[in-house]
Amino acid sequence: MDYFLTEEQTMIRDLARQIAEEKVVPVREELDEREEFPWEIMKVLARSDLFGLFIPEEYGGLGKGSLELCIAVEELSRACLGVSTTYAANALGTFPVLLFGSDEQKKKYLPDIAAGKRLVAFGLTEANAGSDAGGIQTTARLEGNEYVLNGTKQWITNGGEAEIYTIIAITDRSKGARGASAFIVEKGTLGFNFGKKEKKMGIRASATRELIFDNCRVPKENMIAKEGMGFIVAMKTLDNSRTGVGAQGVGVAQGALDEAIKFARERHQFGHPIISFQAIQHMLADMATQIEAARSLVYSVARYIDNGAKDISKESAMAKVFATDVAMRVTIDAVQVMGGSGYMREYPVEKMMRDAKILQIYEGTNQIQRNVIGQALIKEAAKRK
Amino acid sequence: MNIIVCIKQVPDTAEVRINPETNTLIRDGVPSIINPYDTHALEAGLQIKERVGGKVTVITMGPPQAETALREALSMGADDALLLTDKAFAGSDTWATSYTLAKAVEKLGADIILCGKQAIDGDTAQVGPEMAEFLNIPHIAYIRKIEEVKADSIRVQRLMDEGYDIVESSLPVLLTVVKELNEPRLPSLKGKMAAKKAEIKKMGPADLGADENNLGLKGSPTQVKNIFAPEAKKDRKMLEGTPEQQVDRLIQELRRLKCV
Ligand SMILES: Cc1cc2nc3c(=O)[nH]c(=O)nc-3n(C[C@H](O)[C@H](O)[C@H](O)COP(=O)(O)OP(=O)(O)OC[C@H]3O[C@@H](n4cnc5c(N)ncnc54)[C@H](O)[C@@H]3O)c2cc1C
Ligand SMILES: Cc1cc2nc3c(=O)[nH]c(=O)nc-3n(C[C@H](O)[C@H](O)[C@H](O)COP(=O)(O)OP(=O)(O)OC[C@H]3O[C@@H](n4cnc5c(N)ncnc54)[C@H](O)[C@@H]3O)c2cc1C
Repeated sequence: MDYFLTEEQTMIRDLARQIAEEKVVPVREELDEREEFPWEIMKVLARSDLFGLFIPEEYGGLGKGSLELCIAVEELSRACLGVSTTYAANALGTFPVLLFGSDEQKKKYLPDIAAGKRLVAFGLTEANAGSDAGGIQTTARLEGNEYVLNGTKQWITNGGEAEIYTIIAITDRSKGARGASAFIVEKGTLGFNFGKKEKKMGIRASATRELIFDNCRVPKENMIAKEGMGFIVAMKTLDNSRTGVGAQGVGVAQGALDEAIKFARERHQFGHPIISFQAIQHMLADMATQIEAARSLVYSVARYIDNGAKDISKESAMAKVFATDVAMRVTIDAVQVMGGSGYMREYPVEKMMRDAKILQIYEGTNQIQRNVIGQALIKEAAKRK
Repeated sequence: MNIIVCIKQVPDTAEVRINPETNTLIRDGVPSIINPYDTHALEAGLQIKERVGGKVTVITMGPPQAETALREALSMGADDALLLTDKAFAGSDTWATSYTLAKAVEKLGADIILCGKQAIDGDTAQVGPEMAEFLNIPHIAYIRKIEEVKADSIRVQRLMDEGYDIVESSLPVLLTVVKELNEPRLPSLKGKMAAKKAEIKKMGPADLGADENNLGLKGSPTQVKNIFAPEAKKDRKMLEGTPEQQVDRLIQELRRLKCV
């Protein structure tokens, strides 16, 4: 379907697609097999300016918005979610600085991020605080001109590989939801170490590690926004990045459908290509329809954000929950369409199915997304009365 | 360092179809790309510039649509682009093509001229070396590695059937490159956006100070009578023995076939 992309948006899509086809597809199986971080591909993305897509021009970026980021993420996801997660988590980690950072912080960090010289990660989750982010236990105590961080973050994408970390920590437990703050911590800071690299079901090219803070001192200037703003920074960051997870869903689902169609045309049973069987056609038709619906929603929400919408929690949650549920269903069906071949590592859809599962879990599980949408509905209804 | 890269726009297919009546290439409906070897030539030019400084200019002779190829080269990082386009250039064979390109190189001035090994449609691999002859400068074909670039000389590896030669030349020099040389970079977004807006310079015969008699169909000694795919003959014979025995047998065979 034609989404009336501008000439520049089409350019971004074409370039991201070219990178996906030429640089990602040939190595995705090996990256998955070896659980290898995709540094070579990150270098290509950096050289192609894709890290600067959503960063303002004054900091060396291209000054584009949510839709452009979604388009790039979708194209990379079509080839490999492990690679696109690495790229998208970089944006996730950058949003706190972009949305709430001071001029000095932006000047200091954004140009390197835009150039792809330094990767970023976002650290919120802990062992005892997943969906319930309010339960985090990592603390930051002010001592003179420094904050001293203590605690452990769990399952942090790009952990160990990134140079810049945006971290949410408790500054005053007595203040409840106003008790957390956001910090920038650079790799190499004394007292900041990495735990084990997780072994995962999918997105195995993406690195997921623990971040361990042991009396880690960061200068006061590294606090993002004001003390007590930590959860607001985190929530707005997630509101802005969630559409990108939706775009990942659209991409991986499209990639799986492409493979399924190709296979169904070539595979013969009972003397006919299996695509001539109506049962197969109907599956493919449902897959294609769901993908198009997901893409329409993701693009619409991205455009809504780019037009300056303020409260985007409900809409971005809808884009995430719908598109990622579609991704799971479609990748499962792609395996089904391809039968035993779909189950084999020789074909890419078993990886797509393993990979797709993460989309329903990270950046807020799909249950939590539905909670967000439900709460927004209650709020809206109350207002109407 | 002034670097000129000659790029040719070619149909994106290994199977070029020929119109049997006019004996010309059928280009309709086939998307155009930069001749793949020429993207390696461009990458080499960009790398030389990154190493020693300078400017990379891409030139092509072709119809007005060839502008797309030049814009693509700009998006990869070329500094400037020149399109040689005019009715008078139409129907050029390799002689007329290399004459025209050489005229443009003379006009711009260059220390290093880079070409692809060959074009995937015309396939002659003649244009590069012929240009060097017109320019009266040295050329080295089939470059697989550029070892060293100095202000007035260059050292390269030339691919041979078995192994490679190391060749050193003074500048200016013309090089034709093979794919082993490098991996062409992808365009960047900023490059693409700038390339979209860039103005492409155009030149015709008068701008080049070219002799009209050497241009296009008129200047092309090649007369295409017929183009066809030669029939693959299956019966072949491998000669064995010492080289002397093989020569004897070959002569006998040729006599038997009344070839000599
Ligand atoms: C590969 C990977 C990468 C990640 N990357 C990052 C990262 O870069 N940065 C970061 O900060 N975090 C990251 N995370 C953490 C991720 O965001 C959390 O895993 C996620 O928020 C869910 O938390 P949990 O795993 O603790 O699940 P839990 O919160 O323990 O949830 C378990 C189950 O209970 C359900 N549930 C919980 N509460 C409710 C409720 N109130 N109503 C209904 N159902 C509920 C959940 O939906 C889920 O099904 C990553 C996780 C993974 C697996
Ligand atoms: C028998 C025959 C019939 C032909 N008929 C026609 C015809 O009817 N119509 C037609 O349009 N063409 C025709 N051509 C093509 C045309 O003559 C040649 O393609 C052209 O002269 C270049 O030669 P080539 O393609 O063999 O390039 P090669 O010599 O193989 O190319 C080597 C390198 O030279 C450079 N180069 C070559 N051409 C150009 C260019 N135009 N601009 C910039 N750099 C260049 C590139 O770097 C290229 O990699 C014909 C060719 C042959 C052999």
